[in-house]
Amino acid sequence: MNCQRCQEREATVHYTQVINGQKTEIHLCEQCAEQEGYMNFSNDNLSIHQLLTSMFPFDQNVNQKQSVQTTHRLTCDRCGTTYQEFRNRGKFGCSHCYLAFESYLNPIFRRVHSGNTKHVGKIPKRIGGNLHKQRELEQLQNNLQQLIHDEAFEEAAQVRDEIRQLKEDLNENKGGDA
Amino acid sequence: MSLQNFINDAISPWLNTEGVDNDIVLSSRIRLARNFEQVPFPTSGQEDALTKVLEYMEQEFDQQSYEDFKQFQLVKMNNLKPIEKRVLVEKHLISPELSDKDQTGAALISKNEQASVMVNEEDHLRIQLYYPGFELTKALEKAQELDNWFEDKIHYAFDENRGYLTSCPTNVGTGLRASVMMHLPALSMTNQMNNLIPEINKLGLVVRGIYGEGSEALGQLYQISNQITLGKSEEDIVEDLKSVVQQVIENERRARDWIMEQLGIQLEDRIFRSYGILSNCRIIQSKEAAKCLSDVRLGIDLGLIKNVSKTILNELMVLTQPAFLQQYAKKTLGPNERDVFRANLIRERLQLEN
Repeated sequence: MNCQRCQEREATVHYTQVINGQKTEIHLCEQCAEQEGYMNFSNDNLSIHQLLTSMFPFDQNVNQKQSVQTTHRLTCDRCGTTYQEFRNRGKFGCSHCYLAFESYLNPIFRRVHSGNTKHVGKIPKRIGGNLHKQRELEQLQNNLQQLIHDEAFEEAAQVRDEIRQLKEDLNENKGGDA
Repeated sequence: MSLQNFINDAISPWLNTEGVDNDIVLSSRIRLARNFEQVPFPTSGQEDALTKVLEYMEQEFDQQSYEDFKQFQLVKMNNLKPIEKRVLVEKHLISPELSDKDQTGAALISKNEQASVMVNEEDHLRIQLYYPGFELTKALEKAQELDNWFEDKIHYAFDENRGYLTSCPTNVGTGLRASVMMHLPALSMTNQMNNLIPEINKLGLVVRGIYGEGSEALGQLYQISNQITLGKSEEDIVEDLKSVVQQVIENERRARDWIMEQLGIQLEDRIFRSYGILSNCRIIQSKEAAKCLSDVRLGIDLGLIKNVSKTILNELMVLTQPAFLQQYAKKTLGPNERDVFRANLIRERLQLEN
């Protein structure tokens, strides 16, 4: 098959475009594809960044000028990444950025992670005791709600006792190794 | 390098072992993104700090073993020739992004190539484990153990609310990406993929063609992976993915039974024609090669083709990619030369089987 554009070289780039259900096929040689902008391989990453940054709900609903000014000044004091840079690249500079930009993160995480903002998975061993217990407590409290809802009062009483015990443990450990 | 050697080297040892449901799920992968607490992320570009991470990993983990993962070897990007990097990329041991990081990038690879830890890619560590077939639970379990082994020495960046902290907001929380590579020829032949993909997307999972774009997957190879990493436990993420993959497997099996029954001799004809093309072609484009390879693999799975090994699809899909071909030829090839070269490679490979 010859290239649709120059009709000279062989078409090696095949591009299928679907817009509103209308499928268009484009067949070009490499040179023409590059000229027509179908082959920006070096910019591949950029498009992913753009996709990601477009998910960031910045500066909408807020007085735009004001918000741009305040976020401009926001900088991570450990690695020097500014909020603006984070916003443009879609990447944090270091673990401290999470604290520096904390107040802007929930909407971003909600969008990326289907409404979730809080980690519920694995905890490193070194973080140790209290956080693990805290997790367990949350789990038990959920169970308790469910049991009460199901009117399983005997089991609920057991869970309630477990919660009480766990809370006592947590209070004893306060200021401990967490 | 002889062709025989090259092929042997191009295929990771773990791929030659049999796995569960491996007529449809070719491989399972678990990836964990981790970072050092006190060091700026690789995205910051602070090379001095990243070099220290690299040196630390070399000092602590080079030549070490953990259970099944024997003799980790730290491979530095700046010690590799372009073709060597390319081989590692095509074997999925490193990413193209890592191969560009000459100064600070490295990979810690186990002898059986089942575990590969990318150092200073987008995160300080990207721990990856591969299993043949549909083995997500086992892969997760082993990945967690390996993670603990690293954690004994490394202080990870972790936050009580946000979990494991990563460069990109899309990985924060568990840092877990679980994925399977699936061969779905019957669902593709019966035009069911176009309906299936949006359904799977709705469940928070991503489906993409491994080669080729969008829904038009070359070789009918698809990758399905989780998108959400925050607010779900590792086990739930993997269980959710598994239940969807299980359904896709069942659909594919039903579709295979259906095409066998409905098409019978026509299907057999299609498969053996493809086999004939691959065994005899002198010029072949990557699209046609991918289609024929998919047919032949289906023929093997349906018991129609008996003397060819199952891994042929994985192998040749990698080997016949345009960029890989040129690396192999050690020179730039025009489109037509490429097609001739590809045809030669496939014919020779099929002859090795007999």
